[in-house]
Amino acid sequence: MSLTQAVLLLKDGTFFKGNALGKIGTTTGEICFNTGMTGYQEVFTDPSYYGQILVQTNVHIGNYGVNEQEIESDGIKISGLVCSTFANHHSRKMSFASLEDYFVNNQVVGIQNLDTRQVVRHVRNAGAMNAILSSEVTDINELKAILDRVPDMEGLELSSKVSTPQFYLRGSDQSEFKVAVLDFGVKNTMLQCLNDRGAQCGVFNAHATIEEIMAWNPNGVLISNGPGDPSAMDYAVKTVQALMQNNVPLFGICLGNQLLGRAMGMETFKMHNGHRGLNHPVKNLLTGHSEITTQNHGFALKPGDFPELEVTHINLNDDTIEGIRVKGRKAFSVQYHPESSPGPHDSRYLFDSFFESMK
Amino acid sequence: MPKDNSIKSVLIIGSGPIIIGQACEFDYSGSQAARSLREEGIEVSLINSNPATIMTDKVTADHVYLWPLTCQSIEKILQERQIDAVLPTMGGQTALNLCIEAEDLGIWEKYNVRIIGVDTAAIQKTENRELFRRLMIDIGIGVATSETANSYLEGKEIAQRIGYPLVIRPSFTLGGTGGGFVNNKSELDEKLRIGLEASPTHEVLVEQAVLGWKEYELELLRDNKNDIAVICTIENLDPMGIHTGDSITIAPAMTLSDTCYQTMRNMAFKMMRSIGNFAGGCNVQFAVNPENEDIIAIEINPRVSRSSALASKATGYPIAKIAAKLAIGYNLDELKNPVTKTTSAFFEPAIDYVIIKIPRWNFDKFKGADKSLGLQMKSVGEVMAIGRSFQEALQKACQSLEIRKHGLGADGTGTRNLEEIVHSLEFPSWDRLFHLKDALEMGVPISSVQKLTRIDRWYLEQIADLVKTEKEIRKFTLDTLPESLIRTAKQKGYSDYQIAFLLKNCTEDDVYEKRKAMGIRRTYKMVDTCAAEFPSPTNYFYSCFETENESIRSDKRKIVVLGSGPNRIGQGIEFDYSCVHGLLAAKETGFEAIMVNCNPETVSTDFDMANKLYFEPVYWEHLWEIIEHEQPEGVIVQLGGQTALKLAEKLHERGIKIIGTSFPDMDMSEDRGLFSDLLKELKIPYPKYGVSETADEAVKIAQEVGYPVLVRPSYVLGGQGMKIVINDEELEAAVIGLLGDLPGNRVLIDHFLDRAEEAECDVICDGEDYHVIGMMEHIEPAGIHSGDSSAVLPPFSLSENVKQKMEEYSKKLAFSMNIRGLLNIQFAIKNEEVYVIEANPRASRTVPFICKAYDVPYINIATKIMLGTHKLKDFNIQPKQEGYAIKLPVFSFSKFPNVNRELGPEMKSTGEAILFVKDTKDTEFREIYSKKSMYLSR
Repeated sequence: MSLTQAVLLLKDGTFFKGNALGKIGTTTGEICFNTGMTGYQEVFTDPSYYGQILVQTNVHIGNYGVNEQEIESDGIKISGLVCSTFANHHSRKMSFASLEDYFVNNQVVGIQNLDTRQVVRHVRNAGAMNAILSSEVTDINELKAILDRVPDMEGLELSSKVSTPQFYLRGSDQSEFKVAVLDFGVKNTMLQCLNDRGAQCGVFNAHATIEEIMAWNPNGVLISNGPGDPSAMDYAVKTVQALMQNNVPLFGICLGNQLLGRAMGMETFKMHNGHRGLNHPVKNLLTGHSEITTQNHGFALKPGDFPELEVTHINLNDDTIEGIRVKGRKAFSVQYHPESSPGPHDSRYLFDSFFESMK
Repeated sequence: MPKDNSIKSVLIIGSGPIIIGQACEFDYSGSQAARSLREEGIEVSLINSNPATIMTDKVTADHVYLWPLTCQSIEKILQERQIDAVLPTMGGQTALNLCIEAEDLGIWEKYNVRIIGVDTAAIQKTENRELFRRLMIDIGIGVATSETANSYLEGKEIAQRIGYPLVIRPSFTLGGTGGGFVNNKSELDEKLRIGLEASPTHEVLVEQAVLGWKEYELELLRDNKNDIAVICTIENLDPMGIHTGDSITIAPAMTLSDTCYQTMRNMAFKMMRSIGNFAGGCNVQFAVNPENEDIIAIEINPRVSRSSALASKATGYPIAKIAAKLAIGYNLDELKNPVTKTTSAFFEPAIDYVIIKIPRWNFDKFKGADKSLGLQMKSVGEVMAIGRSFQEALQKACQSLEIRKHGLGADGTGTRNLEEIVHSLEFPSWDRLFHLKDALEMGVPISSVQKLTRIDRWYLEQIADLVKTEKEIRKFTLDTLPESLIRTAKQKGYSDYQIAFLLKNCTEDDVYEKRKAMGIRRTYKMVDTCAAEFPSPTNYFYSCFETENESIRSDKRKIVVLGSGPNRIGQGIEFDYSCVHGLLAAKETGFEAIMVNCNPETVSTDFDMANKLYFEPVYWEHLWEIIEHEQPEGVIVQLGGQTALKLAEKLHERGIKIIGTSFPDMDMSEDRGLFSDLLKELKIPYPKYGVSETADEAVKIAQEVGYPVLVRPSYVLGGQGMKIVINDEELEAAVIGLLGDLPGNRVLIDHFLDRAEEAECDVICDGEDYHVIGMMEHIEPAGIHSGDSSAVLPPFSLSENVKQKMEEYSKKLAFSMNIRGLLNIQFAIKNEEVYVIEANPRASRTVPFICKAYDVPYINIATKIMLGTHKLKDFNIQPKQEGYAIKLPVFSFSKFPNVNRELGPEMKSTGEAILFVKDTKDTEFREIYSKKSMYLSR
């Protein structure tokens, strides 16, 4: 166990002391918590977590090391990790390194050995806010000065920072379908789910123009997940509106759901805490069935009267909108992660629906 | 689909007497289901022959039938009462089997009763090994290679085809009865024979053994529209090869990746949806090959189980309660999570702590039993512990077991016998866990330990880390021990006793005072189903060493009820029954009732029962910090058996009020000298006795009091180690044996009243009045432990003179011992003379039986008297007396084929049943009574 001191300071002045993990350094971001009990590596490498300091409520993290297959992007995307017990030892035949090494190699800072439940309860009550985590500076005032300069998540556009700089292809040229993926921070498994169903993916930068996308001649477009505030993404909303005009089948996931909503005139709002975990209950209003979903979002669509839209899914805990579709069009989206990874596979049928719409 | 309003009256089938493999977890599920249905305005009838259960209480069901679990009983109920539906999924295998039997006889159809919660075709598919195997292959789920044999010859042929090692699994048996591993050809004949005989259908599955694979269990709920949620995933520390009921289990899974878990989850869903229609709880077991993460299905049980009780306590999510609602038509997304009360019941709980279950074995009661663990469950109870890390939970679980351990080692109970340790690692018994630590302490490499045990290396590293921590602590004395190290040690679950042991030259109290001064105190965290994501108004807590305490002390008057810990022979469900009534009575009289217990199978640890539940070891250090935190008015120790009573002395020393009879008065009954002096003073006859510390002394005493003599250690439970001997040689051997097992103890030598009759009496006393709850005559003569005797209420053959004397002595004792609350007195009767053998100032095993037989809430009354809020005269006690009620002992000998079944002064029964007879001419009574002459003729 590392005995290097580390401090987590929240914007409201609350601070917690613990021990360092990963790289010795300082990091800032918005604090949030994830209640999942499996799949830490998939979570840490999910680009939607860019800009967030993540509290894991599961008390043991890193027990089975890291694995080459269970990775959602090219490396760790969270800004920092807060956990109770970070594994000194890991055990799994299929792992290639310890999580500790992975953090050090990815230059990610973290804190362990603190009352993470206290942190969660505090954030649950006070709401999402910025935080600073450091294992090199432990002076609260000094940390506060740095934290004050960190911009709020609200109004922040972050997709540009995690989107692929260059267009690339994934999947076989012989595939039946071509799906353009608007990469706002897409996860590996999402592409895999498209490949598995017989599509080649063309992955476009977040700022790709409608001409560029249509020139590739896709059968459908996936509007991906990603970090940041959707209200600061007018450029992406315009792209989605243009895609709608081109009548190309659309499937939005998470941020993609918010962008489709905005394209249809809806607004988004910052949630008190957001939803992050592998156990969020969602009801499909079209089938009457309910599903356990993976979620990771801090913004949501504001309900309202939109005659062109239909709410297809709702959250059973807080009734927030979990899915919409455009009436009379081949365009739908969900707020949660049907590709899951980590998380239950209950919602993978949505990819099938997307392929259905492309036929 | 919402609630089905055509169901207005439901019959719940219980699981009957406690046996190994089917214990009080079904009282928990049954009573939860009953309350859940009554909440919906449904009239609940309940059948169970076990009188020691809460489910058979008026507080639980509208109509209780304490009848034998037979089709005749079922038919009688249906003739008597309009029943719309039967719920057979709450009473284990016993209830399911009875339900199928009644269906085969057409009883349900005849009375127009629907079976809810399960599809009998589904039961057939899951219980019949061959049907299950074929179904799995059809739906593409991997299973171990196997074939079904209906004959000995068939079995041999299959074994030859599959190769060794093999598993023999009989169809339709409970807790793995009759099953076993076959390592080679020479073992096959016997194992095959046992298996075929154990199966009611004379059918076994001969299966490839996947020894060493990792074992997992999923607890799930499925509703009427086929939506499913996983409530808990449980990882076994012990790999495949040990029955899950005998395995140490952990939640959440510690070493399971999401990819492997999701594959397992998908498989479980597919399996559940393939076995037909049912709405309710389900358990699915898997084995995972650690080399390549291949997964095979082991079994599926479409009902609540021991594991679902554990999962409910582990997550806070009341599986049986919700399962009952699903059975009457609700769907999961129509219900609220009963813990948060605001979020959906369609939810997969998130855990932000670690829970560990360790089984409790009682091999000491079964001399000659095969103590090895395998396919057949042998444990009699279990403990669960909650901590913020694996290590903390593990040590707390060890502290909960009540086997004189103060944690995982570091308490002077370890061994240095390498040969014994290594053998134990490879051939596990109850003590393998402790030997893991011993081995690592002695320097056996982790890789060797892993090779022998096949336990995942992560767990072994955790235990090795404890060894390292202990080495560090040993470098210090109490004065030099740094604060950070004490904190680390406490966070790793070490008790103050263990730390004192490692430091040497200080006591547990010294360590406690030192850390208290440093501010290293327990904090309490909530079990809220959601890892604090949502606020919960729940009252379910566990301790840990963190910064924030969530258990806010109220300003109400508080009473702590001490539970009885893990079930074991001599202390079982009957004490939980008493604890639950204690809680309810304390609540009724306006107190905040606080429960402390560590047994996950029980109703007392249902968070609905107490105002506040501390799921903590019934172990001094934990109890004391709860008391310091809560500052209760007093502690009730009379209801939780010997476990609770044992803590009375220390509570008394610390000035904590013992509710009811005071400690000095209670202690009198435990001190043989004082108690005999009292009897002498009261002119009550008692068998001549003496106390000795050596074998020589014992012989001298025996010659004085006269043979035969009864030898026993002082302060034990259920007659543990008790023997009747007839000469000096036998006596010496017995005394040496006892002192060897329990060094430092004293041995009691009583003259044994040969061929005497035995009787007992339970009494309530408030200091002014007393009331005989019930007087029971044992059918078996003195010398058979009262727990193994058939007790007849009221006496059927004792003379008026004897009964009067018993009453008189009871009265004298109750008053002179200053009893406030309950007292149980055991008598021996010979030649019309009544001798007092012992007196226990607490709720006895027989009180719940009398409560049921007479239909009087005696524990409720006794608790109110203990609390001082009521006097006996405040109650109008009207016992319902018709004929006789007999408490029949029930045994689990089938689990221990080599054990001598002869009864004696040491208790061996695991459970009890109640039987009502009109008079002594009753045929069943005659049959039981005929056993008496058998004993007397020996």
